[in-house]
Amino acid sequence: MSAVADAHAADHHDHGPAKGIGRWLFTTNHKDIGTMYLVFSFAMFLAGGAMAMIIRAELFQPGLQMVEPAFFNQMTTMHGLVMIFGAVMPAFVGLANWMIPLMVGAPDMALPRMNNWSFWLLVTGSLILMSTLFMDGGAPNFGWTAYAPLSTTYGPDSTTFFIFSVHILGISSIMGAINVIATIINMRAPGMTLMKMPMFVWTWLITAFLLIAVLPVLAGAVTMLLMDIHFGTAFFDAAGGGDPVLYQHIFWFFGHPEVYILILPAFGIISQIIPTFSRKPLFGYTSMVYATAAIAILSFLVWSHHMFTVGLPLPGELFFMYATMIIAVPTGVKIFNWITTMFRGSISFETPMLFAIGFVVLFTVGGLSGVMLAIAPADFQYHDTYFVVAHFHYVLIPGAIYGIFASVYYWLPKWSGRMYSEALGKAHFWLSFIGLNIAFFPMHFLGLAGMPRRYADYPIQFANFNQVSTIGAFLFGASQLLLVFIVYKAVKSGPKADAKPWDGAEGLEWTVPSPAPYHTFEQPPRVD
Amino acid sequence: MSSNQSYYVPESSIWPIVGAVGMLLTFFGLSTVLVNQSNGDPTTTAWVVFTVGALVLVYMITGWLRDVIRESRAGLYDAQMDRSFRQGMSWFIFSEVAFFAALFGSLFYIRFFAVPWLGGEGAKGTANMLWEGFQAQWPLLNNPDNSQFAGPDAVIGPWGLPLLNTLILVTSSITLTLSHKALKYDKRKPTIYWLAATVALGAIFLFFQIEEYIEAYSHLHLTLDSGIYGSIFFLMTGFHGLHVLLGGIILFVVLMRLIKGHFSAHDHFGYEAGAWYWHFVDVVWIMLFVFVYVI
Repeated sequence: MSAVADAHAADHHDHGPAKGIGRWLFTTNHKDIGTMYLVFSFAMFLAGGAMAMIIRAELFQPGLQMVEPAFFNQMTTMHGLVMIFGAVMPAFVGLANWMIPLMVGAPDMALPRMNNWSFWLLVTGSLILMSTLFMDGGAPNFGWTAYAPLSTTYGPDSTTFFIFSVHILGISSIMGAINVIATIINMRAPGMTLMKMPMFVWTWLITAFLLIAVLPVLAGAVTMLLMDIHFGTAFFDAAGGGDPVLYQHIFWFFGHPEVYILILPAFGIISQIIPTFSRKPLFGYTSMVYATAAIAILSFLVWSHHMFTVGLPLPGELFFMYATMIIAVPTGVKIFNWITTMFRGSISFETPMLFAIGFVVLFTVGGLSGVMLAIAPADFQYHDTYFVVAHFHYVLIPGAIYGIFASVYYWLPKWSGRMYSEALGKAHFWLSFIGLNIAFFPMHFLGLAGMPRRYADYPIQFANFNQVSTIGAFLFGASQLLLVFIVYKAVKSGPKADAKPWDGAEGLEWTVPSPAPYHTFEQPPRVD
Repeated sequence: MSSNQSYYVPESSIWPIVGAVGMLLTFFGLSTVLVNQSNGDPTTTAWVVFTVGALVLVYMITGWLRDVIRESRAGLYDAQMDRSFRQGMSWFIFSEVAFFAALFGSLFYIRFFAVPWLGGEGAKGTANMLWEGFQAQWPLLNNPDNSQFAGPDAVIGPWGLPLLNTLILVTSSITLTLSHKALKYDKRKPTIYWLAATVALGAIFLFFQIEEYIEAYSHLHLTLDSGIYGSIFFLMTGFHGLHVLLGGIILFVVLMRLIKGHFSAHDHFGYEAGAWYWHFVDVVWIMLFVFVYVI
């Protein structure tokens, strides 16, 4: 704390935040920008969640009840895009903004103005994306993957807006990632060597590398879509010598690293939280770092496992099958490390720990269905069924989203200086846990029985599981409103939090007061 | 690792939000132009929105750079800040590498998988049943469906303008290095002359590239809509050309700053960033020359 006090004397500009709306529009402060990212991503989470509710309401019964199939397709597409690009990725960037400078002992992010631009470009891209809902011909309706020719020959007019929104969101993410890397490489406090960095910082470093490597690839893919739509090119049209499968290759070369972008920061968060509430250091820190790096490298070599049924040559099927299954090894290392960290620890079950344990258990379920899907001959049966929907929701909700929830409960005292209600937090966990399993576990059975994804209607034999699933989805959706209330109540009237509210917590972020002052570590702390 | 001097954190800045508004107008306008054009609707309003957005972006970039240059010349940036800028520029160039890698990957996939399969080669050669009698060749002059995509009469040979352009761009990298060396020895005049030569060579490159496009469009019927060869040819060389344009503008700004007396022998990151970018664009061109034109 002396570092904070000393900094007051040495500093050359005003200390508090600016007044009024200008504070938020023009800010260069990593904490302000982190807060904006988190609030914005939560708003998008609710918007994407509302779309999910429309999907599930329509699927409550066979036949068409609520919406037209065309609108249903827009909802599945926009739900995916909004959740991935609007909710999960920005939430992680928000956490990175808030926590990485605090965790490595830096005064701010390395490039503070660009940081603000990253955030406002996220808003710009999201505005363009959401505006497609109100256009003639409707929003994009071809699935978040935007496969050609659904998005070229048969796409609505709004496809063009979708393409440019992807470009802008990509620029935003790349700039955010550059900032994260520069901060981690260049801004660490003296003594904070790479192998002393908290796991959240490590996982974000690797995530940022993935972002910079693959988002330009997505930009290339959607640029070719744009050219095919408006400039008569033949990239994805076999009549001119192109190939629609080329789109799938480029897209998934982005898409598979992208799914690790959506999970690696959550791995880092869980690796912070489990040691805190087990009151033991993380088991196998070094192997965690290497496992994360291994997952990232392998993610570039497995993209075609999304395309087993597209007509790949046999050697391709085999290579991508085995390469994919190898990823289970470093992932298994992580799961075992988390469990071993808990083993014989003095565990207490505060809300962040509940979400972390929920993460370990349910992410493993999603990981195992992932191994099933990796088996090429079996995938011929599961492909594009609800089994796939169950799989990726099991890795994204108890994975990415639980990671974010856990971190919000874990660091809210540091952000706001106030404690949340533990009873309400636990209620949020259990309602979410029950709701999500009711919503998504039956989808495994639907998929194995052959129900395809992305249809507004289904034969009557799938009705029972779909009804159960819809009830669970609404329970899960409603329980997220509780989170709004919990955070609001904590910030408004929660009890004051100590600088270190968790007795087992380690790390520089707990050495500054709660709430963290507007400027921290202007003189770097020493790390031993 | 930190030095003892405190890191300069600008207090606040209007440029990011101005840039975000500029991007919104530019791309909303551009999307509307494209969609309206396809539907035969009027595009005037959309062009206005696009132009206003582009002007806002220009205003943002100049204002932002002016602030950065002012701060840099006021000595607010320490060695650590310099490293942040270097990191930022390096990773930006890495992202550009990834973008071009996607384009090269597409070229190789089309050339070595998609077109041969359409021609009946290998286990996936059953694709030939779509257009029986289609002959795979590269460059592809006869498309599978010539009524939909009329193939080009010929493609641009490598040993005319493209070879000349290769020599021009390689020379420009050499002149740039000579300029950089001169700057390091604090010889300002040769620094400025060699850099001016670099910018001029870049402009000549672009001039010849436009000549080549005119030749392709007016004589060879090699166009964006002449099938996959024209598609990938114009996409790759076009994006490269845009990068030469951007790199040239950066170096031109650097040149103006040199003339105004900015930069010193040991402190010239803005210059180096532009130089890195130019060398990157040069390397991409050599790859293009080999894989698009020669082979």
